[in-house]
Amino acid sequence: MSFGPFLLLAVMESLVTAATLALTAVGLSLVFGTMRVVNVAHGEFFMLGAVLAWFVTVSVGGPEWVGFVAALALAPLGVAAVATLADRVVLKRLNYEPEATIVATIGLLYILQQAALTFYGPEARPVEPPFNFRIQFPWFGYSGYKLFVIFAAVAVLLAVWWGLTRSKAGLIMRATQVDRDTARAFGINVDRVYAGVFALGAALAAIAAVLIVPIQQAHYLMGGEPLLLAFITVIVGGLGSLRGTVIAALVIGLSDGLIAFFYSPTLAKILATLLVALVLVFRPQGLFGAKA
Amino acid sequence: MDSVILQARGLTRHFGGLRAVDGVDFDLKAGEIHALIGPNGAGKTTFVSLLSGRIPVQSGSIALGGEDITALPAHARVRKGIAYTFQITSVYPRLSVYDNVALAVPPEAGELRPAVMAALSRVGLADRAEQIAGTLSYGHQRLLELGMGLALRPRVLILDEPTQGLASGEVAGFAALVRSLVPETTVLLIEHNMELVMDLAQRITVLNFGQVLATGTPAEIRANRAVQAAYLGDDDAAA
Amino acid sequence: MKAKDTKIWIAHLAVLAALGVLLAVLPAYHATNLARILTLAVFATGYNLAFGYTGLLSLGHALFFAAGVYGAALPVTYWGLSPLPAIALGCLAGGGLATLVGLLALRTAGVSFMIVTLMFAQAGYLTLLYFGQITGGDEGLVMPDATALIPGLSPDTARAVIAFTLFAIALLVSLIVIRSRLGRVMVAMRENEERSRMLGYNPFTVKLSALVLSGLFAGAAGAGYALLFGYAGASFATIQYSILPMLYVLMGGAGTTLGPLLGTAAMFYLVDGAARITTATLLVVGVALVLLILFAPKGILGTLRERGARWIP
Ligand SMILES: Nc1ncnc2c1ncn2[C@@H]1O[C@H](COP(=O)(O)OP(=O)(O)O)[C@@H](O)[C@H]1O
Ligand SMILES: [Mg+2]
Repeated sequence: MSFGPFLLLAVMESLVTAATLALTAVGLSLVFGTMRVVNVAHGEFFMLGAVLAWFVTVSVGGPEWVGFVAALALAPLGVAAVATLADRVVLKRLNYEPEATIVATIGLLYILQQAALTFYGPEARPVEPPFNFRIQFPWFGYSGYKLFVIFAAVAVLLAVWWGLTRSKAGLIMRATQVDRDTARAFGINVDRVYAGVFALGAALAAIAAVLIVPIQQAHYLMGGEPLLLAFITVIVGGLGSLRGTVIAALVIGLSDGLIAFFYSPTLAKILATLLVALVLVFRPQGLFGAKA
Repeated sequence: MDSVILQARGLTRHFGGLRAVDGVDFDLKAGEIHALIGPNGAGKTTFVSLLSGRIPVQSGSIALGGEDITALPAHARVRKGIAYTFQITSVYPRLSVYDNVALAVPPEAGELRPAVMAALSRVGLADRAEQIAGTLSYGHQRLLELGMGLALRPRVLILDEPTQGLASGEVAGFAALVRSLVPETTVLLIEHNMELVMDLAQRITVLNFGQVLATGTPAEIRANRAVQAAYLGDDDAAA
Repeated sequence: MKAKDTKIWIAHLAVLAALGVLLAVLPAYHATNLARILTLAVFATGYNLAFGYTGLLSLGHALFFAAGVYGAALPVTYWGLSPLPAIALGCLAGGGLATLVGLLALRTAGVSFMIVTLMFAQAGYLTLLYFGQITGGDEGLVMPDATALIPGLSPDTARAVIAFTLFAIALLVSLIVIRSRLGRVMVAMRENEERSRMLGYNPFTVKLSALVLSGLFAGAAGAGYALLFGYAGASFATIQYSILPMLYVLMGGAGTTLGPLLGTAAMFYLVDGAARITTATLLVVGVALVLLILFAPKGILGTLRERGARWIP
């Protein structure tokens, strides 16, 4: 294969990464932006989404796409329910105090990991893709499902975008984000907003996971990587800025894949992590955020 | 007595479009009690925060005893002798009164305990040394704050509305205390109680919309038309 | 004041004496466990200086621990350095990395500080993997026989002696530090940074001193852990090893000198006990973290201090 088609392939693979990364990172960013909570268990919500998707597809049976559609509907709901529970039982009682909630979500991370290990086991298991046609380019064939992942992620992101900017719920959320106490004074039920946002953030991670399991396998330790990448994305994009997060996901998804094609992936990760640390130190508003 | 200990030239600090402090020239003479007055939002707190280094200046310069300190960070200015007491009380609520003041005593001040007790005696809190600061009444916390300022043994002591929240009996004691500080210490006092200002201050500077409206003796300020219009005539200030 | 000082010193020396006796009389299996606890307690005691006393919530202490592990393990493995100077090297490696990280990370505070330290530790972990040929990566390096730790002593005795000495130094140094002027200023930074700045203290240098001290402790603990138990691996740099000292300190009581030891021992036996009845040991750690932060954020000794024993340092 000559260089041009090779690059095209690399870009398409990277777009898949970028699309799911954007979903996961936007979930993390929403939670941080609205609640000021750094959810260290976000990667475990991703993992839980993948594991639930496996359970759903296995128990539904029938043609592959039926199980997949069921998983796409049920897994995020299940994860959202777990998140709501965590919000009610733990985060709310901590009054969303930033440092305490980090410690608590670290605890949650271990609990969810253990739950997956106990009920799902240590194996990595694949989920069948809903369809299997390949798109034939002049130089190579490409999985139609991967293209579907990109489109589905974009659709979900647009829906979130629309919900935030155009709907009443989005307005209430943004009001809460600006000032929790004022929002409360105007009769907004802040507790419900927070529970909803935490559930939505978790559900977005779960959707990303359901989309990705037909490509990767579900495993109880799979949450670490997306958490780290989502962290990097949210910070580079500017903490709490959704637009910045999406741009950053694109840049990081593309560069991560592209760098990995030419260098050792470990070196790419070392550089990315150091970059994030330095961004936080020297440009806390993010690379794409406006100066505060 | 006429040497200038603290001097500001063209001091400026804007918050977005808001000109909180706007080109202020200011001289503090060694050994005086100098009052800074002006309506709420005039920029008094911001101005003294620039002097103490709590807020970085945007332009202008500050000199202490002839030495340019504009670029010095706040903690270094404190070490050079500028002490600041907060308008909104800021003590260590979970530490004892004694420990609060002990933290203020500079390392080179010799024995700790006598220094702490001396500062506490001056503000009348000696018998509460072991109490946890957060459990003090608001008025006592203000006195503690003042005691911490004294323990620093500053050359310039900046007091931001120190009598706010004090009972009227306590105000008289406070006035006597401030008077006893000069001329060893120079006092810059932000104060809304006009009676107290006229009584204590040798000179007064009036700030309005971030600019100096007038400077002079109490008598001159009282006679100043612009000041009357902008400030003294204001019911809010007279209250 | 004087009577209180004496009481505090006697209490700490009595704890050390009790530990010494326990190490001497316990059967080998339990003595080894205790040596492990003491070494980890050195790590926790250092973490406590940063988190408990100065209010610096770091998620990157695994980096300093791992620096100690490899600072000692590499020279021992490749150049045959003897163990005691290796521990000193590990200690310095931990302090050195803490200085570097502190110079950058301390420009941030709160949540950003947590994430920055986490990221540096993660970069350190990945670097250990990248140089896997030398470090052994995730597989790790098995170190030479511990018999050689102190010539003339049996391995078990040597292990007990070194662990005890490390912990005794850590505990006494931490007690001296927190009762010094620096210690009081560290607490002042934790309680009210802005006020402390306006009393003439440079927040950056105070916090950096605390972090470097903390890194020295972590390095010494890492070096001791690698040598005493004969293993060095990249896994020591994972987030898990940043969480552990935080958990120990939260459990025993943040900002108390003996809390870290108590917390380490309590967590050790909790996980050990849980491992006998279930394989779900992660659950114990997770649930302990959540319950502590929810219901006892002051930990065991912190709660005791609040209930009347105000003299506990
Ligand atoms: N950190 C800040 N950010 C934005 N505006 C500020 C800040 N601090 C003060 N201001 C504004 O600057 C003006 C002057 O405030 P201040 O110096 O506190 O006045 P004073 O002490 O005379 O009442 C006010 O309008 C206030 O709202
Ligand atoms: Mg003011």
